[in-house]
Amino acid sequence: MSEIHFCLLLAALLFAIGVFGLLTRRNAIGILLSVELMANAVNINLVAFSRVHGGATGQVFALFAIALTVAEVAVGLALVILLARTRKSIDVTQARDMHG
Amino acid sequence: MSTLEILGLSILALVILGGALGTVLSKNLVHSVLYLALVLVATAGLYARLSAGFLAGAQVLLYAGGVVTLAIFAVMLSARMEGGPIPNESGKRARAALVALAVAGLLSGVLLQAQITVPASVPVVDAAEIGRSFLGEYVLPFEVLSVLLVAAMIGAIAIARREDP
Repeated sequence: MSEIHFCLLLAALLFAIGVFGLLTRRNAIGILLSVELMANAVNINLVAFSRVHGGATGQVFALFAIALTVAEVAVGLALVILLARTRKSIDVTQARDMHG
Repeated sequence: MSTLEILGLSILALVILGGALGTVLSKNLVHSVLYLALVLVATAGLYARLSAGFLAGAQVLLYAGGVVTLAIFAVMLSARMEGGPIPNESGKRARAALVALAVAGLLSGVLLQAQITVPASVPVVDAAEIGRSFLGEYVLPFEVLSVLLVAAMIGAIAIARREDP
């Protein structure tokens, strides 16, 4: 098995663990952390393919993805703090005011 | 690959997967965040191994530095507002494990069949080349990204600030 296959397989397993966390976690911060794991798996894929492809494109895309994830986390955690302040709980199963 | 390279990659992979399992299974939310930091730093090591040194540095600075610090802050602030440690238990484990196993099986099944020919030698991409791509081919997404980061920062402040002055 080549280095690239190894990295892609690792990323696939990491993504699956992220999916598991996303489905099981009830508090909002845990869900955000699971999304981080999945984004990290995608970045590993980008870097591994850039190694095959040559050129800077894969790494540039990975850097864009990192910056986007940081912005997402900043807004997400602000929402978590707002949720904690207004409801005294960050359990996402409790926040169902907009449930029809 | 030489035996030493395989050993190094395997250790990195074990740290990454073990840390990821710790992140999703830990009963203490702060431990989850610390396990995530471990995963992110080990991923930076993997990037360095894949001769993406600049990306490894950016990963440690932005992810392991920025995101983990933010997450720890959010845990502490919301724990104080909740009045006590945040419950971190998780439900529906069996069904979620089924879905995750299905995702892992599908992805790795496709990957193991894929024919990826690795060229014998790929020129190493250094930071200078990444910088030239940022300000050359990808200058428009780069500028849009800077606007997005400012918008996200202002948005985060606007969302999280107290209503009463």
